[in-house]
Amino acid sequence: MEAAAEQKYNFGVVRWFAVMTAVYLVVGALVGVYIASELAWPVLNFDSPYLSFGRLRPLHTNAVIFAFGGCILMATGFYTVQRTCNVSLWSNKMAWFTFWGWNLIIVSAVITLPLGLTQAKEYAELEWPIDILIAVVWLSFMINFLMTVATRKTSHIYVSNWFFMGMLIMITLLHVVNSAAIPVGLFKSYSAYSGVQDAMIQWWWGHNAVGFYLTAGFLGIMYYFVPKQANRPVFSYRLSVIHFWALMFGYVWLGAHHLQYTALPDWTGSLGAAVSLAMIIPSWGGAVNGMMTLSGAWDKLRNDYVLRFLIMSLAFYAMSTFEGPVMSIKTVNALSHYTDWTIGHVHSGALGWVAMVGVGALYHLIPKVFHTPLYSDKLVNMHFWTATIGTVIYIVAMWVSGIMQGLMWRAYDEYGTLAYTFAESVEAMHPYYAMRAIGGGIFLLGAVVMLYNIIMTVLQAQKQGTVKAAQTAAVTA
Amino acid sequence: MSLNDPKPNPTGIQDKAERNVWLFAFLTFLTVSVAGIVEIVPLFYLDSALPAKNIPGVVWDRGDKSLDDWKEGDGVRPLKPLELAGRDIYQREGCYLCHSQMVRPFRDERERYGHYSLASESMYDHPFQWGSKRTGPDIARLGGKYSDEWHIAHLIAPRSVVPESVMPNYPWLMEGTVDGEQIKAHMSGLRKVGVPYTDADIDSASVITGKTEMEAMVAYLQSLGTMVKFQEGVDYRE
Repeated sequence: MEAAAEQKYNFGVVRWFAVMTAVYLVVGALVGVYIASELAWPVLNFDSPYLSFGRLRPLHTNAVIFAFGGCILMATGFYTVQRTCNVSLWSNKMAWFTFWGWNLIIVSAVITLPLGLTQAKEYAELEWPIDILIAVVWLSFMINFLMTVATRKTSHIYVSNWFFMGMLIMITLLHVVNSAAIPVGLFKSYSAYSGVQDAMIQWWWGHNAVGFYLTAGFLGIMYYFVPKQANRPVFSYRLSVIHFWALMFGYVWLGAHHLQYTALPDWTGSLGAAVSLAMIIPSWGGAVNGMMTLSGAWDKLRNDYVLRFLIMSLAFYAMSTFEGPVMSIKTVNALSHYTDWTIGHVHSGALGWVAMVGVGALYHLIPKVFHTPLYSDKLVNMHFWTATIGTVIYIVAMWVSGIMQGLMWRAYDEYGTLAYTFAESVEAMHPYYAMRAIGGGIFLLGAVVMLYNIIMTVLQAQKQGTVKAAQTAAVTA
Repeated sequence: MSLNDPKPNPTGIQDKAERNVWLFAFLTFLTVSVAGIVEIVPLFYLDSALPAKNIPGVVWDRGDKSLDDWKEGDGVRPLKPLELAGRDIYQREGCYLCHSQMVRPFRDERERYGHYSLASESMYDHPFQWGSKRTGPDIARLGGKYSDEWHIAHLIAPRSVVPESVMPNYPWLMEGTVDGEQIKAHMSGLRKVGVPYTDADIDSASVITGKTEMEAMVAYLQSLGTMVKFQEGVDYRE
């Protein structure tokens, strides 16, 4: 029991964010599996506007990115900033505002997206009133975080906080610029930009939602929880300095690689591709730094299931940050763009890296803030294997279908005419779409197991009154 | 246990930044701003962002003509009210998630879809509809390829005309109607962000009230890619 920490820090808001994280992973993955199944078996659209793929797909992406991703970033952000700065949160009230505000945004998304209220910009679909709410709540998170760091009792700012701060600053900039729109009704607006400029701004946002929200933020998680769980210091301080600044500088250029061979000027796409290749270095800097933190302690993986999640996440991170630059090479992109390969790439990052490192952090965090061991370690191990196997099945299915699509679209027969109609390529995708739904289903099963495990842990803590005991225990300073 | 590498030995500016959160935040802000300034800002003023806009026939030279005076191939124009209503529905249903509107300059795409897309063709599109995924085919040049009747049958039940399709059915488009007054507000909003609608254009939206969402959707789809008449031997991209 960490009575001293419980009394010194504000864990209340962390507990709530942590539990909601587990809930939203199930919700987000469930919608994902459903829409994946719609592509394999379109009858599942049931002729209902509220269940149709085009409306549910934004719900899936918003649920996993903003609901699951946001809650784990806020749970771990509020937890680690206090512990690494050796000080309580700057404002408890503001932290609770962040919690309720963020959840209100998620509820609004669940209501408005199936109704078809959307700005029609990928990963920024929510309409302008919700966008304003996002900006306010996000700023409350940022101000509280920065002020907590400002009032810290340590001399230097720990590395995990650099990454969180990088995310906080860049996401503010991205959200405000990309969501600029002219309202024409309570829930209808048009982007302030059009055509080629809108495309570039949209993918500047789109790729950096990945680069800063899902990468920098989760590297912040990695830099606290990997050393803690492995009980070893970060492998190299110097490497973390170099790869932090390289990541901050480099990631922002990459959006243009989503628009190669489009009507975006050639120089912009090529610039994006060139920097994308160079990004292997800072990305692998982070992966190496995380993995090598385990050097000399690899035996811990034998029975520490939480550490398995963290290390597997770094393996997927290294893999997908190698794949990404490859896909940004113009000749590869000519084939991969518009295909399922992109979807597979995103999910090797989202399931393999983001979800696994988040889940690992959550399993570390829950016992600390509820002051009781996890209900079941065996279920953690089961979750580890379902998550890993589900992810692998998913991405393999998308590699095959994506590359097959790309090849079928450009195939010529011996008479010099196109070998396949588009419809034939759609038909050829069916087995892989079914396989993807199965892989996603296995991943979802793991998420349900985690939710069950966490709920049982919380109930166990409640029954034994561990939180109250920690709050009132006598602490010797 | 210390989380840090046993020998974190920051010096110079890194040391200063690690001791001062505001300096750290400021340096981070500067670092992340560079790419946007280099890649995005020039697109708003460089001619290379819209390289074809001065080629005759690419952008409609409207004069004081009305939208109804426009003939196919006269050049890029703002959407007519019913087409705009259709585009609103296109966005509401998330069509852009599975259909791109951006033909790339490859031989196979030319044969499958038509002439490569120009930036000017989406200059009035707020937001852009280029898409990122082709679960279904590109539809940048869909206009005029199929009859209105085909589109209606296809939207109500895609597999009745394309058995391999995985597209959802959209039967509710037959029931919903469009509201001209609402489209007027939408056109006024678009004018504020640069789409050159005249007062007369906006007033003309009244007449579409009561048309079905299906009619609006088909009008939009039939407009796609029909605006520019491409000439042989002209290089539209630099």
